[in-house]
Amino acid sequence: MTLLRLALKSARFRRTSLVLTVLSIAISVTLLLGVDVVRKEGKRSFLSTISQTDLIVGARSGPTNLLLYSVFHIGDATNNVSWGSYETIAARDDVAWTVPISLGDSHRGFRVMGTTPDYFEFYGYGNNKRLAFATGEAFDQVYDTVLGADVARDLGYEIGDEIIVSHGLVSTDFSSHDNKPFTVTGILDKTATPVDRTVLVSLAGIEAVHLDWQGGIREGLDLDADEALQFDLTPTSITAFMVGLDNKALTFRAQRDINEFENEPLSAILPGSTLAEFWRTISTVEQLLFVLSVFVLIAGLIGMLTTILSTLNERRREIAVLRAIGARPQSIVMLIVLETLFVVVMGCVVGVALLYGLLALAGPFAARRFGVDIGLPWLDATQGLIMVSVIAGATLLSLIPGFVAYRRSLQDGLSIKV
Amino acid sequence: MPASAPPVVELDRVTFRWPGQSSDTVAIEELRIGRGEHLFVRGASGSGKTTLLNLLAGIHLPTTGNISLLGTDLAELSPSRRDRFRADHIGVIFQQFNLLPYLTMLENVTVSSAFARRTRQNTRELHENAQRLLTSLNLSDDLHASPVGELSVGQQQRVAVARALVAGPEILIADEPTSALDADNRDRFLDLLFRETESQNCTLVFVSHDPQLVSRFDHVIELAGRGDLV
Repeated sequence: MTLLRLALKSARFRRTSLVLTVLSIAISVTLLLGVDVVRKEGKRSFLSTISQTDLIVGARSGPTNLLLYSVFHIGDATNNVSWGSYETIAARDDVAWTVPISLGDSHRGFRVMGTTPDYFEFYGYGNNKRLAFATGEAFDQVYDTVLGADVARDLGYEIGDEIIVSHGLVSTDFSSHDNKPFTVTGILDKTATPVDRTVLVSLAGIEAVHLDWQGGIREGLDLDADEALQFDLTPTSITAFMVGLDNKALTFRAQRDINEFENEPLSAILPGSTLAEFWRTISTVEQLLFVLSVFVLIAGLIGMLTTILSTLNERRREIAVLRAIGARPQSIVMLIVLETLFVVVMGCVVGVALLYGLLALAGPFAARRFGVDIGLPWLDATQGLIMVSVIAGATLLSLIPGFVAYRRSLQDGLSIKV
Repeated sequence: MPASAPPVVELDRVTFRWPGQSSDTVAIEELRIGRGEHLFVRGASGSGKTTLLNLLAGIHLPTTGNISLLGTDLAELSPSRRDRFRADHIGVIFQQFNLLPYLTMLENVTVSSAFARRTRQNTRELHENAQRLLTSLNLSDDLHASPVGELSVGQQQRVAVARALVAGPEILIADEPTSALDADNRDRFLDLLFRETESQNCTLVFVSHDPQLVSRFDHVIELAGRGDLV
């Protein structure tokens, strides 16, 4: 029999208290790794939500607010941008392209966004990636719609299905645009951005369903879908629009011009720098969480130390027997270090399993609630280092009970004080 | 004791005093026990019995005087050599036998292999010895792999004897092994102990407070109060 096997058998015999210790180590490892994974994944997903867009323009508001409602569909616009202002800016010489967006309606918990087919061409995310269709094609008619990957998956829609859009963000029978159904013409590939959870329709479609609505209340008009097409469906206002410039070097000038736009108070933001700035505000919280989880880990390790120290009392008899058959005091220390090592390695293994379990469970929720896509990445060097330091720290700590056992085994010898 | 045979256990003006105490816990002027002899150490609790056992097993060294086992002065060995010496030459049986509950019967007997650097040859010999010993103690092969928690008191006694004797020690130390037994079990246990030590020609040091057992031993020493030899 080896010393390791003896240590394992002895540990298994005292498993009740050790299992709890393993669990408390596991939870603190999960927490520590979790904070690290979430901050990295969050940052990766967050910063790759929009690219290739030089400016986002909306009604005057803080940059973060504009970014959150236009790109992440979190919160609401304080005000709209008039169609006239949009056309004026879109006609500027330095503007290469613009994509208007119009928000405010929803479909069974997913945001509906009115835009133009240009959106599919110009919206970029990640490392210069473009939207691609899993099936079907962009909307063409007023009552056509394109679905994000998660919308289609969660609600089980296919090409040709008809959907009803609700007025506002709460879906009730009372507020649905049920007289004007939309037909699914395309479903997008997964992008890991808020687009996955968006229902895309044309601006004209948004106008059409709102013809018989005034200030959030249905008016008596009650036009049906075909009758609505007789009207001019050019919007009077939009929520925001994305701008691409011919010359990126002139971005700041264009931004200043728009911010000083005379007809209407507007805000133009640089999505990349606003994202980064917003992330910096969040990172204080994230650092705080990391520090907290380090403290949780320390508490876990002290708990382990307490457990192992208290088992020394019930192990006096065992240690005396081992001494009698020739165990050196160093071997007794080794037994305790091995047991601790076993507990903490098990704690790490269980902790990592718990982490992946939680990420798999919480990932979709985080995507829906916060628009942040958290994948299941392999543990990276930092996280490896975290675990190595947990194991090293625990081993170092185990020298304390080891030393106590050493002193005792020298003093007690063969006598058993119970 | 024939004058020619060297004593197995030899104590010469031995005293032991815990640091900071004003009197000796153990003080023995002279003690010689030959090969295969049986010594009864009698003393009430607190009389220094346990300290004497730790001295004999080489866990503690005497404050003054010499202890020689098999002609080796324990004080001259390094601590780890003393641990090794104990593993090779001394078997110990505890009060209540103290088998390790998480090991099987056979593992309990061979557990010393965890602490010694042994060749595969040695390990196999240890296992063969253990099996032979257990079988000769009427513990059949099919019990060898069973957890010791399921054994009867009588069986546990025999496993404890096997563990103490498996390495073929010259000295067997038994610390109050009968204190938890009724009269029948006690007598049977003593018979077993005598039979096995005689067959291995092993010196027995038997510590007990029970005066009824004295008549069966060759030598008796009595520890009183402070541990002086009376």
